[in-house]
Amino acid sequence: MNNKYETHEHDVLVMGAGGAGLRAAIEAMAQGARVAVVSKSLLGKAHTVMAEGGIAAAMANVDRADDWRTHFRDTMRGGKFLNNWRMAQLHAQEAPDRVRELEQWGALFDRTADGQILQRAFGGHTFKRLCHVGDRTGLEMIRTLQDRGVTMGFDVFMECTIVKLLTDGKRVVGAFGYWREQGRFVVFKAKSVIIATGGIGKAWPVTSNSWEYTGDGMALAYEAGADLKDMEFVQFHPTGMVWPPGVQGLLVTEAVRGEGGILRNKLGERFMEKYDPKRMELSTRDVVARSIYTEVKEGRGSEHGGAYLDISHKPAEYVKQKLPSMYHQFKELADVDITKQPMEVGPTCHYMMGGIDVEAETAQASLPGLFAAGEAAAGLHGANRLGGNSLSDLVVFGRRAGLGAAEYANKAPAANIDDAQIAEAEKAMLDPFARNEGESPYAVHRDLQQSMQNLVSIFRTEEDLQQAMKELEALKQRAAKVRVEGSRMFNPGWHLARDLVSMLIVTEAVTRSAIARKESRGAHSRIDYPQLDDKVWGKQNNVTSRDGENMKLRQVPVKEMPAELQQVLAEDK
Amino acid sequence: MADAVLHVFRGDKDGGQAKEYRVPVAPGMVVLDALHYIQGHIESDLAVRWNCKAGKCGSCSAEVNGRPRLTCKTRMDALPQDKPITVSPMKTFPIIKDLVTDVSWNYEVNKKIPPFTPKPGVEWKMYQEDVDRVQEFRKCIECFLCQDVCHVLRDHDKKESFGGPRFFVRVASLEMHPLDNVSRTKLLKDELGVGLCNITKCCTEVCPEEIHITDNAIIPLKERVVDEYYDPLLRLVRKIRGAPQP
Repeated sequence: MNNKYETHEHDVLVMGAGGAGLRAAIEAMAQGARVAVVSKSLLGKAHTVMAEGGIAAAMANVDRADDWRTHFRDTMRGGKFLNNWRMAQLHAQEAPDRVRELEQWGALFDRTADGQILQRAFGGHTFKRLCHVGDRTGLEMIRTLQDRGVTMGFDVFMECTIVKLLTDGKRVVGAFGYWREQGRFVVFKAKSVIIATGGIGKAWPVTSNSWEYTGDGMALAYEAGADLKDMEFVQFHPTGMVWPPGVQGLLVTEAVRGEGGILRNKLGERFMEKYDPKRMELSTRDVVARSIYTEVKEGRGSEHGGAYLDISHKPAEYVKQKLPSMYHQFKELADVDITKQPMEVGPTCHYMMGGIDVEAETAQASLPGLFAAGEAAAGLHGANRLGGNSLSDLVVFGRRAGLGAAEYANKAPAANIDDAQIAEAEKAMLDPFARNEGESPYAVHRDLQQSMQNLVSIFRTEEDLQQAMKELEALKQRAAKVRVEGSRMFNPGWHLARDLVSMLIVTEAVTRSAIARKESRGAHSRIDYPQLDDKVWGKQNNVTSRDGENMKLRQVPVKEMPAELQQVLAEDK
Repeated sequence: MADAVLHVFRGDKDGGQAKEYRVPVAPGMVVLDALHYIQGHIESDLAVRWNCKAGKCGSCSAEVNGRPRLTCKTRMDALPQDKPITVSPMKTFPIIKDLVTDVSWNYEVNKKIPPFTPKPGVEWKMYQEDVDRVQEFRKCIECFLCQDVCHVLRDHDKKESFGGPRFFVRVASLEMHPLDNVSRTKLLKDELGVGLCNITKCCTEVCPEEIHITDNAIIPLKERVVDEYYDPLLRLVRKIRGAPQP
């Protein structure tokens, strides 16, 4: 290849520096691989820092009866049995070790009276299972992993965005990107690549996700030819802030309900009695989100169109100790003292269950040399994720991806970087500067968000989804003609112009998959097909892949579960 | 509602100046919302760092009306309405563009700090009362506002010989970890220059996480250094016993 670009060569390239990316990098380094971590933001700012409630692991420190079988069963039930059962099994079995390991690397979880890691209740979990640090568990995790990686000496490329995976035949052999700071292009050559880029929430206007969540990793994998799976399953967290407007969508941790918070409508009714009398506020997220949405739609919503979430019956000091960031968030941003007043909350786009299709053991995607972990990967959560299962997902499958990628790199033959692929990607990046006219990428992004909010949200219909397909097509045309002002130096408009391409790919996959799945399951609720269809749709996953310039959807049968796991599921309590 | 007037710094390492923008104000709006409005509707190349918009990631640090703050937590209605709101980049760090500064020096300082090192064969048991004080330090979101306001860095530019409040907090979190087994006092004295801090508490004042940086981290660390290196009695004892000087 030529010397036109700054080039770095490693064994394993990790895209994303959240929990999954960092854990993957640590493991690959432990296997002796030379590792690069590339992240869109500064180190330590990834979305994992926003995780609040805790990390689910059947450690049985508080409820002695807990074990991996119960955690497995809860996860499968929460996912409406569409999960990759092998992933759910590995996750439940390995999560406790991954938590202990974090502690041994310096993480300080809240403690039980006898000096062990404290665990709290959460939606859909049979037992008190979430290891936590107040309501800032994600920060504790990312700082611990960050420090571990720095000590081990990984190469970190901060504020660097990947725009294309480079392939040699089908095999992924590197990536092409740009430094956000100066806009210079950069080439990464690697024997294997791990995608740990998180989710897609920025395609919706009301979201708990940051600007980074534009589906880059999924879109890049798709463009390179990899399979995406379960793309119809987008989780709307039941409790985001609804007022004031600037904070709409901001997460209100499920730990509020875990600690005893009660949901009420404007009539003062504890409405979860109607929707899930057994589990009430600690029902699964899909159920609680739909319940709040329904209350609002039927005219029983709160002042600003949400529900009331009240924790003020608990002692003020307890609330401040267990939910410190919620206390400050409401006090400073909404003038609400949660120790005295209820919060106003409503659903917010939060998490992507779908993503890159991977093998359970190695986290390898459907292309050689490509691996994925964390939110960018599909499988563990099925049709709906339980709270607390994402932090454990990051460390369990981050580690496995690191192992898998290092092992692959160890045996991989030499690869060629194709200059033509780089030239094509470079041209696509520079085109928006060359246009004399065209609209701002921000305008297209706003309209995309509006389309998704209106048409591909909590409740879906054939008509809305077909309309969304039309609107997405028009948005694609507009996105191809946006114009960027200014220079390549730290230019958010330019960055967004590229992120739009990724968002348009993943939202099309979401919409196509949602049209295909003619039933309601987990986070996917069809008003026109309100029932579970176990005979057909309970037995297959939607898989999206690229067919030339077109998106192709096919259905893949769910693998038969081995008898011993069926037995575990049958041990109903 | 009336428009707000913002004076936002536009420029790079070669210079620049504040530029005026008019932004419609919505209830509960924060300064970062106003900056996003400028990007989305007026000038799309305005450079701003941000991530969570919830005070959890520490990315959107800047100086609002001259005070170091997280722009995502600075309410417009808490600022004087009768004059323009100025938004400038953190002064202590080199400018990259507009409100984005080069904070890479912080990551280099961090590399000097020996990691958590547990006692060999330790039992992993800790009690809440023992971890409470360390958990306070671990709330740090690395917004670097304390580094920005610290006059040792801001006015005297001692980046070569001083670690700054953020890294005293980090060292404190390791030194006071109930199961940690290494000493970082030599590092504090020689490389991080904890002695240069004259406890004016500016760092504590700007900390968005309300960490008592000076009282709970820096002063106890200064005491450790003094105990180990400058205690005349201990020095005498060591001399008599022939123990090695630290």
